[in-house]
Amino acid sequence: MTGHDGRTGIRTSKEDELRVVRRPLPRHDQAEKIAGSTRYAADLALAHMLHARLVRSAVPSATITKRDAAAAFAVPGVVAVLFGEDVPHNVIRVDVPGQAVEVAALKASMEVLATDRVRFHGEPVALVVAETEDALAEACDLVEIDYADLPAVFEPGEALQDGAPAVHDQGNLLSEWNIDTGDIAAAFTNAAVVVEGTYQTQAVDHAYLEPEAGVGWVDDEGVLNLRVATQVVEHYRDVARILGIPEARVRVIAPYVGGGFGGKEDMTVEPYLALAVWRTRHPVRMQWTRQESLLARPKRHRMRMRYRTAARGDGTILGQDIEITADAGAYAYLSALVLLYASVHACGPYKTGAVRLRARCAYTNNPPTSAFRGFGGMQVVFGYESQMDLVARRLGLPPAQIRKQNALTRGDVLPVGQPIETEVQLAATIDAVMSRAGAKPPPSGPRKATGRGIASNMQSYGRLTWLNDSAAAWVGFQLDGSLSVRCGVPDIGGGQASSLAQIASEVLAVPMEAITVHFGDSALTPLAGTTTATRQLLMSGNAVYEASMQLREQILGAVGAESGRPAGGLRLQPGRIAGHGTAVSLTDALATCRRANVPIEALGTFFGPKGTPAVRQLQADRVFPDFTFGTHLCDLEVDLDTGQVTLLRYIAAHDVGRAINPLSVAGQISGGAVQGLGMALLEEVVVEDGVNLTGGFFQYLIPTATDVPDIEVVVLESGEGMGPFGARGIGEPPIGPPAAAVASAIHDALGSRPTVLPVTPERVLECAGALTGPGQSVQS
Amino acid sequence: MTGRGSTAEGNGRTLAVHLTVNGRPITRVAGAHLTLLRWLRDAAGVTDPKYGCGEGICGSCTVLVDSAPVSSCLVLAAQVDGAEVVTAAGLCEPDGSLGPLQRAFHERHAAQCGFCTPGMLVAAAAILAGGPPRSRAEIRSELHGNLCRCTGYGPIVDAVEAALQDARQGGQPGQAAAGEAGAP
Repeated sequence: MTGHDGRTGIRTSKEDELRVVRRPLPRHDQAEKIAGSTRYAADLALAHMLHARLVRSAVPSATITKRDAAAAFAVPGVVAVLFGEDVPHNVIRVDVPGQAVEVAALKASMEVLATDRVRFHGEPVALVVAETEDALAEACDLVEIDYADLPAVFEPGEALQDGAPAVHDQGNLLSEWNIDTGDIAAAFTNAAVVVEGTYQTQAVDHAYLEPEAGVGWVDDEGVLNLRVATQVVEHYRDVARILGIPEARVRVIAPYVGGGFGGKEDMTVEPYLALAVWRTRHPVRMQWTRQESLLARPKRHRMRMRYRTAARGDGTILGQDIEITADAGAYAYLSALVLLYASVHACGPYKTGAVRLRARCAYTNNPPTSAFRGFGGMQVVFGYESQMDLVARRLGLPPAQIRKQNALTRGDVLPVGQPIETEVQLAATIDAVMSRAGAKPPPSGPRKATGRGIASNMQSYGRLTWLNDSAAAWVGFQLDGSLSVRCGVPDIGGGQASSLAQIASEVLAVPMEAITVHFGDSALTPLAGTTTATRQLLMSGNAVYEASMQLREQILGAVGAESGRPAGGLRLQPGRIAGHGTAVSLTDALATCRRANVPIEALGTFFGPKGTPAVRQLQADRVFPDFTFGTHLCDLEVDLDTGQVTLLRYIAAHDVGRAINPLSVAGQISGGAVQGLGMALLEEVVVEDGVNLTGGFFQYLIPTATDVPDIEVVVLESGEGMGPFGARGIGEPPIGPPAAAVASAIHDALGSRPTVLPVTPERVLECAGALTGPGQSVQS
Repeated sequence: MTGRGSTAEGNGRTLAVHLTVNGRPITRVAGAHLTLLRWLRDAAGVTDPKYGCGEGICGSCTVLVDSAPVSSCLVLAAQVDGAEVVTAAGLCEPDGSLGPLQRAFHERHAAQCGFCTPGMLVAAAAILAGGPPRSRAEIRSELHGNLCRCTGYGPIVDAVEAALQDARQGGQPGQAAAGEAGAP
């Protein structure tokens, strides 16, 4: 077992020695998916399976005055109607999932089923179980719930004022982080320029194509099994707490997940499916509708960010004075952590002499907000990159130059106190997009304008160091030389499982087609933690790497001992062990191990780096394991009459350390960029007075194939990451830059900068100064 | 499958629907109100068409009905009684290996989470069947009824473009690349 501090140079293997890593191999999970045979969570059907659905609050803030199941229960085929009183422990504790250690400051709770108070439109109040979907639909409509409205608050700024309606008894301030580094007053006194800006990001939905779903049953050992679309199999612990049964009696299985992006990080169907199965002792399926998913599952935080930036005349950033207010919605979920990420990332990938940051997150009666790809670290890109552009414009500096001259380098210390330990290739990513882009394209006609923008970012990979993160993996040979990998990683579409096969293949010289990865099972695979926080390549990747290295040493040692030659001269090659002028077959070597009582399997556990938790005042040491850096470039054209934006060209460059599978890396970057472009131009969950008006995909517009150009991906490999073979994480980083790059390009085209997302045609026209008056509506 | 007694949507009325799905004749007596998607998934156990939105926007449930791409969440099974239905699984070779279009998807990393993939493949098959090769912009335009949240679309357009090119060159799409693509 090795921790971060025990890492050796072998992780950064030389490129020319790599056999499988860095090869663009079709992922092993692709063929089944393309054949249509992969069974996602909702695709499983069990004999005599029941169906479950939630009845949700129709209002955002109220006392529940009546709950009556009689009419619903009278529908033929209805098996159960459950309220909060039917839940053994009717509380979902919000610490951090999958962790043994709680961070005290972040502790909060919510009811599984609301009993006497609802705090948002869509909050679960009752659970109905029926024999058929039709009976279920009819019965859900007949559950009688009466409400008496309570005062409500919908803007976080208002929620934090004295006398605001209290969403929770303890007050509306959910969390608060502050940074005070350096002499902020001196920074602004000495500044040649001071630039101010206020930026707003919107509520965004994950909008993965697979709505939340799962099937549950009780097995022959009396264990509650939940096969669900989730990023976190460790939620079995939360389910056990709710039901009041031992953790060992609950098993969560994650099949291939149809997209996560953070939206399947908190529990979705799990507690309800568990209740339905436990109460009825029947297999049960629960599948949320798209409308339900949009209505009530947590969104990305709306943030209001006010930046004041001080710079010298040569463009050197002297200080940042930042205030962030975020909307937590009605319940805590992971909001405190999201705000922490926003705070740590708020100054971007730049040396910043002095920092004053005040970040607050408030409860409101809006839908809750929680994890979403980029996790607070991406909203602030819109703030700090807008400021960098404004400083550059004020001083007449090219946007590329001001970024390069302020870029962090190894050894710099972030405002929170964390030193940067790996090489930063930010300048190389800027050069990469600039040299590829060539000249800005001319407008296609009159009343059109073109613009170019760049945006850089940094995004952590690996979980917050305070959480004592770890991942385990088991790697074992079969007697025929094929290899089994067992690792609890959920595969949410990023190639999480396939990358593990590639790592084991590299170390153990086993062909990819001879490797099977068993993953995402809380009972049968070693726990690997959450597929979140861009952590699985770092954590599970290193665990598989450790296990594979250990297994290699065991086998070479046994062969060496039997032949009387030093193991150091032996090498594992495909199908054989060679050295000292001879070779033995792998199967013979495995037989040797068995004769010599040497195991042909190994368990590896990787422990993440540690840091000291802070309370409110962020003056820590290490907060995250490391960061990934990148730069995007956007060329676009604006129609000056309609405000329509056409994306002409989009280039995205990231230093990924080492591309374990270049296809998966390019897929993450391309997909992340397009998801970011959706946030930049199209997407918004519209909530008015707490009522979520976003009822379907016809209202919630995610990018189609015609909304975006080909994403030109540039992959840089510094070999400097903390993952296996020097890899950095790349799941979240690409979603950061697009909104800022688009805003910069519009600024370039129109001479005025959008500061509110999404940049709709109306907002574009405001920038163009062309909107003639209120009430004029311009459709995209 | 059928509701027992009276239910709001179906009034308990059931109906026999006969469809040929991927070459296999299937008859199921099911609720008359079932959409083609629910009929395929819940009554016939054909689960590669996915439920993604239920309102014909996302394209995850796209199937071919008598060769035309259809959002199966928007039509009733009873409306297409007697039709030939092809799903993504129906694009496989008779031995179960990937068909030419599927191989193009496989080689170009056109699936990530894979949930949109069955519908996307069916939409792509309709493009291939539709005649002359097209520009990337035209391919994008024809795919715009199928949402993908993972890939950014580029690899999917690559795959369709390659399959179109193979089809034009050989009449046997995907043949040129067949050696490299693994069977499932």
